[in-house]
Amino acid sequence: MSFVALIVRRIAHAVALLLAVAVLNFALIHLAPGDAVDSIVGEMGGASAETIASLRHAYGLDQSLPAQLLIYLKHVATGDLGQSMYFSRPVLGLIMERVPATVILVFSALLLSLVLGTALGVLAARYPRSWLSAAVTVVSLFGFSAPVFWSGLMLLLLFASVIPILPSSGMYDVVANAQGLAGVIDVVYHLVLPASTLAFIYLALYSRMARASMLEVLGSDYVRTARAKGVPERTVIFKHALRNALLPVVTIAGLQFSGMLAGAVLVETVFTWPGLGQLAYESILRRDNQLILGILLLSSLLVIVGNLLTDLLYRLIDPRIKAGG
Amino acid sequence: MNVRYGILGRFGAFVLGAIFAFTALPAFADGGTLVWGTTQNPRHLNPAVQSGIATMMPGTQIFASPLQFDDKWNPKPYLAESWSLQDDGKSLLLRLVPNAKFQDGVPITSADVAFSIMTIKAHHPFKSMFEAVERVDTPDARTAIIRMSKPNPAILLAMSPPLCPIIPEHIYGKVPDITNTPLNSTGVVGSGAYKLVEFKSGDHITLERNPDFFIKGMPKFDRIVIRIFKDPNALAIAVENGEVNYVPFWSELAVLQRMQKNPRLAITDKGGEAIGPLNWLAFNTAKKPLDDMRVRQAISYAIDRDFIIKKLHYGFSKVSTGPITLGSPFYTADVEHYMLNLAKANQLLDAAGRKKGANGMRFSLTIDFIPGTREMQQTIAEYVKAQLRKVGIDVEVRAAPDFPTWAKRVAGHDFDLTMDSVFNWGDPVIGVARTYLTSNIRKGVIWSNTQSYSNPKVDQLLEQAAVETNVEKRKAEYKEFQKIVVNEAPIAFINVIPYYQVYDKDLHNLPTTIWGAAGPVYEMYRK
Repeated sequence: MSFVALIVRRIAHAVALLLAVAVLNFALIHLAPGDAVDSIVGEMGGASAETIASLRHAYGLDQSLPAQLLIYLKHVATGDLGQSMYFSRPVLGLIMERVPATVILVFSALLLSLVLGTALGVLAARYPRSWLSAAVTVVSLFGFSAPVFWSGLMLLLLFASVIPILPSSGMYDVVANAQGLAGVIDVVYHLVLPASTLAFIYLALYSRMARASMLEVLGSDYVRTARAKGVPERTVIFKHALRNALLPVVTIAGLQFSGMLAGAVLVETVFTWPGLGQLAYESILRRDNQLILGILLLSSLLVIVGNLLTDLLYRLIDPRIKAGG
Repeated sequence: MNVRYGILGRFGAFVLGAIFAFTALPAFADGGTLVWGTTQNPRHLNPAVQSGIATMMPGTQIFASPLQFDDKWNPKPYLAESWSLQDDGKSLLLRLVPNAKFQDGVPITSADVAFSIMTIKAHHPFKSMFEAVERVDTPDARTAIIRMSKPNPAILLAMSPPLCPIIPEHIYGKVPDITNTPLNSTGVVGSGAYKLVEFKSGDHITLERNPDFFIKGMPKFDRIVIRIFKDPNALAIAVENGEVNYVPFWSELAVLQRMQKNPRLAITDKGGEAIGPLNWLAFNTAKKPLDDMRVRQAISYAIDRDFIIKKLHYGFSKVSTGPITLGSPFYTADVEHYMLNLAKANQLLDAAGRKKGANGMRFSLTIDFIPGTREMQQTIAEYVKAQLRKVGIDVEVRAAPDFPTWAKRVAGHDFDLTMDSVFNWGDPVIGVARTYLTSNIRKGVIWSNTQSYSNPKVDQLLEQAAVETNVEKRKAEYKEFQKIVVNEAPIAFINVIPYYQVYDKDLHNLPTTIWGAAGPVYEMYRK
């Protein structure tokens, strides 16, 4: 199939998938008792029946569910994700404010876990019966098993309290409010703990994957031939073996993207990182249905795009797939 | 080699330059910044149309009110330099300070006071506050006269900062829907000591001094940065390592023990008495066997409040004995205290005809609790389950995944027992009467009379006290009300929620008035 045809087919699938996601999420959210008005009244410390009725009417919650769904789908089709019931602001605006923070966090974590995980896996494969290989296995198991909110809290305790060298929360120092390059450095400084926490689970996964994949590739005929020809070991590893060993790692990385977004919810909450994950957590607690639906829709879109990009990247790395079309 | 060193040299210069840039670029002059931490994220910043501590904390820094109150419940001048109740308590005359301005330079006049009060009457969730207000006359720019259909002794307290912010008519008068306008969150123009610089929901609120604030020499701090934390553990760490200087309304008691031992920090429970946050166990009196007063009293006698205070709350909270909070001028301790007495509890249950079965149990009940507040709610619910077993009541603890689920159940009267936290909000007319009035038994409305409690005498007392202008008579009416309600036990009162201020020791003039940090903090400073 030609590349263009592939893209077109994928986009068509994506649209159908997004519609299904919107309807399914709408149905699921409304299965739970209570709504945003209950949450608003909770924060207000109580409200009269008239105030409650007025709020429900203002947000269209006094209409039937099918009517609410139709109105919602009509708005989504025109790019209008509605108004947050809790914040009284457009959902799209609220989400777009938070997307950059989540993108920074998730991509930093992805990069960190991929690069470090691959490096550790390659080293462990290069010296399979060494203490390094054993250490990578142990750390992998631990990182993969520990709940992300727990490891986040432990890292927070260690590096913001016991050895206070990193900030405890936020994306930047709001008091200093550094600008320009200083601001960038400040963000990076605040990014260390949350990105490391999120990367920790996937570091474990990628290092194990890279180790296993590398071991397999290092045992193959063409690598044996290269060594027999006297090719330097460094060239064998980095030029011949790594590229093939990377294929499964890259595949998994793309598939794990959605998992990272889910992990970001907890990490952003622990570190008060002002991203989409934290907004999702708050909107779920507050039953801000419009906001939840908007975030879920956008997350679905990001996952679909992520998978598509993974597929394209795969084709770039593996010439056999390119040649096969 | 030379190329490598060249690259390294350039990179090194880049890093050094960045470091110098970082240290040499303060965005604000260092005139004193208070970094305030909270776990409460406000919907928006306008207390005229939104109640709750989350909005009150920043809102009362941005907006001023006609009056403020000291720690002895005495009204003090604020935007109103003088006031008087007239016409047998049916009119309140306010005389505004001269030269007060909004933060955009427009003078604050009586028209703004009139607009604000009528807006609050129309949109604020506490309807009883200004229910009696018919109109506000403005004979001149500095005089506002609130005209009421009947005497309203709560009107003075209703002029408090968290309840009556004066908002600009020239701005909010033009918006189609004041409850739903972005002007409540961005570009907010207030009348108070601090101006809004930035509000990033879920992250921070930055305020800076209002140079034209009508109280000369105030505020003391140049800036307040309110940092919003989702996780209380992260907030605790930030306080301990000095990133945050001040946390009002701290109620995570296990962590408070640690804060108390920190040599850099101090804690106080002074301030905020008007909020009156009561923690209690509510009974659904419409369901058997809880419709029997003896059963409710028995359950109350089976609860060891001393154990809850000393062991579960580490001695930080105080016992609540009735519907009006400790510290209120209307509080009375002259009620049954329901000291632990398992023998009496068993006697009452026997007398109510609830004998023990072969398995030692008399009947079963469920108990709900508000999720997310472990020490005040879930822990006590689990304790009550264990305690009631001793008198033959089998209790199942029913968890709700979130607040709306719990609220739906309780508001729908779909519960037997539930832990609950209900606030007095100053005057009994505002936050107390709603729990006990027969007319406020409204299915679907949380924090109405969800217990379905009804006593015509209590209704009469509450209605009388709501319009009684003689303070001593009013106190007597509320005293009688408290005695009846505590005796009839639609609620087993447990404790006052302990809200502590945790702060750096070099901070002074903490807000210890009856509203605490839900009121203005312009006098706070750092030595």
